[in-house]
Amino acid sequence: MTKARTFSEISTLRERNALAVKEAKEKGRRVVGTYCLYSPAEMVVAAGAIPVMLCGTSQNPVPAAEKVLPRNLCPLIKSSYGFAVTDTCPYFHFADLLIAETTCDGKKKMYELLGEMKPLHLMQLPQVQDDAALSYWTGEMVRLKRRMEEDFSVEITDDRLREAISLVNDERRSLKEFQDVCKYNPSPISGMDMLTVLHNRGFTVDKREAIELVDRLTAELREMAEFGVSPFTPSTPRILLSGVPVGIGSDKVVRLIEECGGSVVCFESCGAYKKVEPVEETGDPLAALADRYLRIPCSCMSPNQGRLSLVEQLVREFRADGVVDLTWQGCHTYNIESFSLKKHVQGTAEVPFLQIETDYSESDTEQLKVRIEAFLEMINRAKRTG
Amino acid sequence: MISVGIDIGSTATKAVVFDGRIIGKAMEITGWDPKEAGYRAFRGALDIAGITEDRVGPIVGTGYGRISLPILTGKVTEISCHARGAHHLHPGTRTVIDIGGQDCKVISLSDDGSVSDFIMNDKCAAGTGRFLQVMAGILDATLDELGALAAGGEPVPLSSMCTVFAESEVIGLLARGTGKENIAAGIIDTIARRIQGLAGRVPFLETVTFTGGTAQNPHICRIIAERLGTRLHVPLEPQFVGALGAALIGWED
Repeated sequence: MTKARTFSEISTLRERNALAVKEAKEKGRRVVGTYCLYSPAEMVVAAGAIPVMLCGTSQNPVPAAEKVLPRNLCPLIKSSYGFAVTDTCPYFHFADLLIAETTCDGKKKMYELLGEMKPLHLMQLPQVQDDAALSYWTGEMVRLKRRMEEDFSVEITDDRLREAISLVNDERRSLKEFQDVCKYNPSPISGMDMLTVLHNRGFTVDKREAIELVDRLTAELREMAEFGVSPFTPSTPRILLSGVPVGIGSDKVVRLIEECGGSVVCFESCGAYKKVEPVEETGDPLAALADRYLRIPCSCMSPNQGRLSLVEQLVREFRADGVVDLTWQGCHTYNIESFSLKKHVQGTAEVPFLQIETDYSESDTEQLKVRIEAFLEMINRAKRTG
Repeated sequence: MISVGIDIGSTATKAVVFDGRIIGKAMEITGWDPKEAGYRAFRGALDIAGITEDRVGPIVGTGYGRISLPILTGKVTEISCHARGAHHLHPGTRTVIDIGGQDCKVISLSDDGSVSDFIMNDKCAAGTGRFLQVMAGILDATLDELGALAAGGEPVPLSSMCTVFAESEVIGLLARGTGKENIAAGIIDTIARRIQGLAGRVPFLETVTFTGGTAQNPHICRIIAERLGTRLHVPLEPQFVGALGAALIGWED
């Protein structure tokens, strides 16, 4: 399979950057670890610190986590905790401060335990998107700003915040353009490779470097698409993957969809399309941050109409033939919301919908394969007779 | 043209020879060697049809063992096959319930017979043929006997659908002297509730066709039909519907 030249450079970013973080720390830079899309990276950048994504997408540390956490908890929470408690995530190891949010019950209680290992700042996230919630959430932004100013003995001025907003907006622009290459049919990049890029770029120390790399990759992919170079054919079923966060290590369903003959053309998840909308660059920067972050359509919000509209819009824009809604075992909010999403997708976009509830382990691979293959057979038949 | 469908399930392997109608079929226990079971069923069905291997065109495999058979010209999931087979036997079919050895599924069909939605059990034996086998084993009964026992019983509520936990629950009931008939009825009611739960998650339209080996048991059929409040169409030999669907898909392509 032909791959874009820049891809291999990005696929080793995670390993190389663990060293870069270590060196930066030795030179006195502060490192701030985050788990969730609700953590405002802009605030970290404005404080002169390095924001890094913390590990939480591998099955490896789950048994260690299960010594403390219940077995039937979401694997993302178990993995995150397991990495921390076994000290196997270099980014957690080097972090001076963790930013966490009260998104779901499982995470909230797990963060209490993490707080015993590292300094942790918990943002109280409202779970409704109205004016009262926005003013409360703006207060939380102020509280985070003060915490970072105190911990790192810096002053986060409005100007520095505006600069940070503009940098992170550029990162969003770059990530959106990268993901939008999959609007070509066939897409010039597999879903697995796209996920590798989206996952690895989160571990970069220098955001400008990551933006430059991703932009270069996007340009190469566009050229490949113009020449019709692709791992797929124009008749390969195009799948939109919706739902919970996925990354390398928790990529089982992405891999199975593509092994069974599909092409994952869009990820609606947190590290992907939920992330691309920019922050308003005019006006008060803290208010602008609060406004943008509160609008994230995570299933912990109630109601969460924004997600239904986003999926509907992405099905249209990416010309998806089907929606697979990935929900982690024990993730009540995404699991329950799947019912509403299915109704919405079948009612508006009129494409087939498959919910998959699973964890990070390989134990259900064969059963998932039957389901995914049958789903693709359904789509193929509809395309033939279409 | 002659096509063959081979359905290698976790418990039984079925083959159907089709030339416009079913001209041969055979069933084997899958056992530990799904490949050998596949060959045996294939040859057995050809023998009954009285034709030689060289006259066979497409050979389509389905079921969990389908990956293990090199003679296959195509592979299709059991979901598409059961839908295709059921639609052929009862063209009005809009819903298929299939209870196999290690999974159970409810499949919705469009009016042209194509799959429009489906739901399967998760990684768990609740509601499967395996569940029934284990439960029948505790009562020292065969599957047929389990059905017959259930016919004369009032279902005792079993709270657990998990095969392992239900096993201890049943042992506890036996120890307390609960009648075998009532326990048997309770066991089958558990399956019916599980199917009812799945059926609520997809469009459930009539006609409903019940396929898979479990459908051979009239008492199980009756209890499920009562739970769902619908009539169930049970093909003459429901265990062959998947293999028939595979043969039909080969025939059409």
